[in-house]
Amino acid sequence: MTDGWSVARALTDPASVAGLDSTGWTQLLSAARALSLIGTLAEVLADAPLPPDAARVLADVRHSNVTGQRQALWEAESARMALADYPGRVVLLKGTAFAAAGYDAALGRSIGDLDILVARDGLDQVEALLLKAGWEWVKPDPYDDAYYRQWMHELPPLIHATRDRMIDVHHTILPLTAGPTPDAAALIADARALPSGLYVLSPADIICHAAAHLIADGDLSGGMRNLWDIDRLVRQFIVEESGFSDTLAERAKLHGLTDAVGRALRLSAQLFGTPIVFRQAQGGSGSVPAIDSLFLRRITAVDGWGRKTRKLTRQAFYIRSHLLRMPPAMLARHLWTKWRKGHRG
Amino acid sequence: MRHSCSIAVGPARFRIGSDWRAPIDQLRQLYADYPMEQSVPDFTVRLQATSVLRRVIRPQVAIAGDFTLPDAAPLPLEQGLLAAEMAMNLQMALGWRRHLLLHASAVSRNGRAVIMTGVSGAGKSTLSALLGERGWRFLGDEFVLIDPDTGNIAPFPRPISLKNESIASMEREVDDDTRFGPVMHDTPKGTIRHLRPRAEWVEQMARETRPALLLFPRFGYARAVRRVDEAESFVRLTQASTNYVALGERGFDALTGLVRSVRACAIDYADGEEGAELVERLWSEQGTRLGDRAAAA
Repeated sequence: MTDGWSVARALTDPASVAGLDSTGWTQLLSAARALSLIGTLAEVLADAPLPPDAARVLADVRHSNVTGQRQALWEAESARMALADYPGRVVLLKGTAFAAAGYDAALGRSIGDLDILVARDGLDQVEALLLKAGWEWVKPDPYDDAYYRQWMHELPPLIHATRDRMIDVHHTILPLTAGPTPDAAALIADARALPSGLYVLSPADIICHAAAHLIADGDLSGGMRNLWDIDRLVRQFIVEESGFSDTLAERAKLHGLTDAVGRALRLSAQLFGTPIVFRQAQGGSGSVPAIDSLFLRRITAVDGWGRKTRKLTRQAFYIRSHLLRMPPAMLARHLWTKWRKGHRG
Repeated sequence: MRHSCSIAVGPARFRIGSDWRAPIDQLRQLYADYPMEQSVPDFTVRLQATSVLRRVIRPQVAIAGDFTLPDAAPLPLEQGLLAAEMAMNLQMALGWRRHLLLHASAVSRNGRAVIMTGVSGAGKSTLSALLGERGWRFLGDEFVLIDPDTGNIAPFPRPISLKNESIASMEREVDDDTRFGPVMHDTPKGTIRHLRPRAEWVEQMARETRPALLLFPRFGYARAVRRVDEAESFVRLTQASTNYVALGERGFDALTGLVRSVRACAIDYADGEEGAELVERLWSEQGTRLGDRAAAA
């Protein structure tokens, strides 16, 4: 049966696709697409012997990869130009950061919105400069707007009027209502400069951010791609960054993300065989907590038609994502407001 | 999924899965002349129930697949065939990268093609259907595929989706009743009925042709013909293309190559007859011009 594990297998062991028949290929490609990993799969299999019809599909995907990355980098450059008068650091996050820094994780990665991180006290200026340069609000709803500004880790999303691309301006990496409170000032202070004048997070902080995003925020719908990012980044950093393992442990502790990083690395080791770089005090035995298998069940929940499967598991994680973001009373108030708005319009 | 089929139209291969049998049966009938053998498809399309209950009670078809739009409205099951067509079009519009895609219809004669593009309701679909019954080869009524390397058109002759008044006029034009699909009333686009292309057009769909004439038709206006220059053609076609931006430099090269190689006219016409006659007239002038060029060379 095809599910997320089939995609993980193809990514980690490209030779394993040799035995696939046309149905197997069809299902693998659909599952990979649904998990936003088709671009990565196309690059991983670039030199593998492929049946002609699968090769045709993957060749198209590789064309799209080139365009997608070019557009993402142009978007970053546009933001850099718009923010030239902002004196603080502008830190690229997620896919755009991997591409701009030339990390292996960028290979074939789909990049949607542009995510940047700036200091909280610079938000007003950054917002004003972006609005001046042609970005505009996506959700002109007063409640949503107020909610974002009071509780979220980012401004309400902005979209560029002519390029139709979104930018998320973060001032930290988790909602203010979440349990852990990462040290945003340290994230920015430790960021590394790129030749363009933009910044990317330090290697250890990149892993902390990816783990925070995956484990402590959201419903894991992009989980598999997130874990693939982590796998690629860790493999690169343990070779290129001396003392990476210790630095990662220190930074995870600083940001209150030790558990999240530990879990993310255990999950990526399960799926992709990521080398062990991180030993939590209680997890030293190497045994995988039972709850990890629930996460994996959620993350691999896709079938050969690209449909989401395991509805109950997914719903449980959806509810969890809201509980993580808000205490129950606040969640109730939020859902009540949303519900009333929905039924008025 | 419970029911499925595979269909190839021109260079594109689709896998269509459905929670219900009816849309698949209708597709098999409408696409009887097309290759249906299973292979690794370019696109997967899913016609799925909006909820478990909606599979049975007042069934609603949600359009899903490799590429989707977040706000696509579901259709009642009686319009399942339309849902399938819309989903296949959506895959092409958002996902196809092998050609520059123009939202246009096209017909050809002697290996030279007329491309007709315009907004929905401009009459490009009906005009291509009409010309197809009058000695032209029908290349497609929805998308024109331009090969970025050669500038050639790859035919994409899917069934013609006739809307409202054009249904009656094509029923008068085509004798063979078996070429028509079921009539679908009250769709988001009014009444729709599909017309199956002639079998020979489908047999020849792997044979490319060269663009020769580019038209911007407008149905329902007093007869008028106006030359359109390269710059205007270019801008109008960037708006008519669904993947111009996604193709990057290849898209730019393909489009500039196209507008430089063809003559372009905007034509206004009151009814189908007048439209067909205008195309014929411009075509014969074009032929003269091509002849002049050949003589000069």
